[in-house]
Amino acid sequence: MTAAFAFARYDLLLAHRNLWAAISIGLMTLFAIVLTISGSAPAGALGVDRLTVTVTSLTTLSIYLVPLIALLLSFDAIAGERDRGMLALILSYPVSSASFLIGKFLAHLITLAVALAIGFGIAGILSVALDGASPASWKALFVLYGSAVLLGATFLGFGYAISSLVRHPGAAAGLVIGLWLIGIVLYDLALLGALVADDGGFFTSKLFPWLLVINPADAFRLVNLGGSTSTLLASGLLVPQDALPALMPQMALLLWPPVIGYIAWRLFRRIEP
Amino acid sequence: MLQIDGVIKYRDGRQTVTNVSLTVEAGERVALLGHNGAGKTTLLRLILGLTKIDGGQISIFGHPPGSIEARRLTAYLPENVDFHQSLSGKEVLRHLARLKGDRATRADDLLERVGLAADAERRISTYSKGMRQRLGLAQALLGDPRLSLLDEPTSGLDPIARWEFYELVGELAAGGGAVLLSSHALTEMEARTDRIAILRAGKLVANDTLESLRRSAGLPVRLRVAARPDRAEDLMANLGGCRINGRSVELACQADEKMALLSSINALPHLVEDIDIVPPGLDDLYRYFSAPEETRS
Repeated sequence: MTAAFAFARYDLLLAHRNLWAAISIGLMTLFAIVLTISGSAPAGALGVDRLTVTVTSLTTLSIYLVPLIALLLSFDAIAGERDRGMLALILSYPVSSASFLIGKFLAHLITLAVALAIGFGIAGILSVALDGASPASWKALFVLYGSAVLLGATFLGFGYAISSLVRHPGAAAGLVIGLWLIGIVLYDLALLGALVADDGGFFTSKLFPWLLVINPADAFRLVNLGGSTSTLLASGLLVPQDALPALMPQMALLLWPPVIGYIAWRLFRRIEP
Repeated sequence: MLQIDGVIKYRDGRQTVTNVSLTVEAGERVALLGHNGAGKTTLLRLILGLTKIDGGQISIFGHPPGSIEARRLTAYLPENVDFHQSLSGKEVLRHLARLKGDRATRADDLLERVGLAADAERRISTYSKGMRQRLGLAQALLGDPRLSLLDEPTSGLDPIARWEFYELVGELAAGGGAVLLSSHALTEMEARTDRIAILRAGKLVANDTLESLRRSAGLPVRLRVAARPDRAEDLMANLGGCRINGRSVELACQADEKMALLSSINALPHLVEDIDIVPPGLDDLYRYFSAPEETRS
């Protein structure tokens, strides 16, 4: 475990020095401010407070941005070290391969969590300053934060898995962008298309809810928007209330990080640096 | 000690290391020579456990390659390693010291030792190739290794830094460490290593002290005899051999004929001004042992 913390410390220093941390924080802050200020229009019409509207906007933003930042932080983690010859050197040291991966994960997760805390924190403060907030909308903001960290952890795991699979950092970069496009953007479009074609049949009632919940980004959306009054604001995809067991989206979000983390570790172990 | 016993490695169905046996005792410095692709780096990676052995055995002080115990005893300097450019030499070496279970101050001492103390706080992106190589050497000294595996350690070093490097290797061996280093630069190793192992196409074709290798190769000793002014023709008529650079004659003989030849030269003081004796160098030996057997002369 000492080695894992040594790796985490080193990679935090690296994230700071290479400006990845600053870029992540800057992106989250910028989008949070823009969404909070521009989100004023629907607030009056729907009769909800501004923080509720902000949380809804932040959820939609996070579905795209959190996986993207997580993948950009993680794609180089193994392929890059291998390319530089550092992996061969590190694996000749008396440390476990798991501590290397855990250290990277801790450093990247801290970077992401800090960026999210700053971005969401600014959005929360700004909303309250402009309009005020109900306790329920504060709770929603905290759920959003926790689930966004879990979503980030999941995509960090995907990043490490891809980074272990290929030899060159350039190939890893291409693959993570591909994963992001397919998993986040095209997946939902394909489901929408299937829903339209199916027109309320077996697919819509039985298969669709499960297909939605196994995608971590959609599970994240269900956790934050499913069943809430503001769902209609942002989501084109609705799941009937009784189609899934209770807390299924929450379960999915909690299960993804350890599952993909384990897969990444297995792939990493196969490498001959 | 390091014990390699009949080790075989396949890559893409081809044997890249063929039945290699080699030992390096504590306190011994062994040079591993060979052309590019002869299997030097592969052999080092097998010893480190970075790649799997397909046959035979390797033991590092009784531990299998890649085990935590073996890695704790072993230092490795890869042929190509790019440290993170945005960090300073000190930050990188302190991190590596923590991984080796060494104190952070040890990293600072080693930076001093390899002559990087003045640049310790600067980013590695500003380092020259030689400075990066010295940083690599510093990390190989962390944790007082019992076995050091150095892949092309002196590439990119200037002559003074090379000399300093071999001083460090000497200290490692004097402290009871086993050192196995691979290199292309042959002549610099003549006085710096205890034994020489030559790999050719994955096979160990020589493994002995420089003296014994010279004897077994039977390469000729060359004598360069400088004639007195205008007497080169007479000298050649007396001794044979061939003319070089106008007024010298070069003769070749086997080691055991050398004394007889010298006394016959000595008998011609009116013709001879000076004499140089050139024993076969490492380059000659290397060329001899790394050539396919049928073409050896």
